[in-house]
Amino acid sequence: MSRIKRGVSLYSFQEEFYLRKLSLEQCVAVSASMGAHGIETLAEQMMPGYPKLSDAFYQQWHEWMRIYGTTPTCHDAFLDTKRYKDRLLTLDEQVVEVTRDIKHAARLGAKCIRMLVICPPELMERCAPIAADHGIWLGVEVHSPWSIEHEWIQKHLEVAYRVGTDKLGLIPDMGIFVERFPRIVYQRSLRNGAHQNLVRMIVERYDSHEGVHGLMEEVEKLGGNSEDIGLARTVGHFVSGDPKKLRDVIGAVRHIHGKFYEMTEDNREYSIPYNVIVPVLAEAGYDGYISSEYEGNRHLQDAFPVDSVEQVRRHQRMLSKLIGEQE
Amino acid sequence: MFDRYLIGENGFRNVVEDGKITGFQLEVRIGYYRGLGLSMVEGFEVTVDGRQFPREQNVFTVRGRPFTHQQMETEYDERWEMGEVAQLTVPLTGGLAAGSHDVALVEFLRVSYVPFITTAKDRKTLLLES
Repeated sequence: MSRIKRGVSLYSFQEEFYLRKLSLEQCVAVSASMGAHGIETLAEQMMPGYPKLSDAFYQQWHEWMRIYGTTPTCHDAFLDTKRYKDRLLTLDEQVVEVTRDIKHAARLGAKCIRMLVICPPELMERCAPIAADHGIWLGVEVHSPWSIEHEWIQKHLEVAYRVGTDKLGLIPDMGIFVERFPRIVYQRSLRNGAHQNLVRMIVERYDSHEGVHGLMEEVEKLGGNSEDIGLARTVGHFVSGDPKKLRDVIGAVRHIHGKFYEMTEDNREYSIPYNVIVPVLAEAGYDGYISSEYEGNRHLQDAFPVDSVEQVRRHQRMLSKLIGEQE
Repeated sequence: MFDRYLIGENGFRNVVEDGKITGFQLEVRIGYYRGLGLSMVEGFEVTVDGRQFPREQNVFTVRGRPFTHQQMETEYDERWEMGEVAQLTVPLTGGLAAGSHDVALVEFLRVSYVPFITTAKDRKTLLLES
């Protein structure tokens, strides 16, 4: 059995929270019931009033962690660089924003912050000592369409190695390993009027891993409608990296987003090869959390009821098995 | 994202001020997976039975606090939270006629990591509440 730990990003339950079918407490409780004891949160999603949260809120939060036997893992920070209509936030203003996030994460009892991939390396470097003072590690999310090899991510890695990987690093999102194009995405295109033959061509091109450059123009020439062209654009935002690349950066990784789009009834992810990913992480000695992050709802909600809880449960069952936990 | 939930099923009614109908109101939710500060909510385009109402004239009310389009632009504290129901008031002298209406909504959101203005759209047939 590896030392990988199981967690859930409450992002997974956004559909139910949006519709007020699950409260923040219920999201925590349902995660705990699956044996996923690491709780990742998005304050701007499920903690109304952020950044002005009351002392009573934080007390309540710790009470929930105690009751459900859960541990706060990661706070997902955003950065509203476009708060002002006529200008972007300056670097100094960005540091103020991140400091606010650091204090919040520390009050939650979390150990790390997910920083958006758009954050510049200079910002990470400026914030590293502030975060360290609060016992917080900052990780840049490696999220599609970026990948580990991307120059931007490599710049972040340089900074992390220079400043210290005990302060900075990467949070790879498993959505950078989409081996097979998610069917829930193209099925929606079909519902909206995309052509069967063009959809097949687009998906086959993605699945061949030969690159999708110029695909939009090609689809347009073949008489594609806006849905066909839209799908051709969308496939360009997906990434099919090699999970073995994780070995190269594992020393700078303290948290992982277990992104998934669709768990089938036999507890497999339709498009992302977790059966390859988890052993790579285990062999590399990764002992942090894999935080289940369900992102299927947006592709289904136009036509189907969404059951994020069941989807996360299947993802957790799969992780448990791949990690090698006892039955 | 969340498009089908943007327009509320309830709360579609004419607005009466000083005994006169000055417009109509509908309930709206955000087309995004997190809340946003109001300065980043760039407004709402409402179309009823094919007639489009300019977004600059709508009034957005969240937790009982009304904001004009212009006020929202420089509102850096108040937020519109994810899934939170807000009211959108559209000025129209005399209001809408009783009965069902075809209501379309476009939300414009300025999300910092997206290189363009995000739009979210919904369209529903609503019965005007009396």
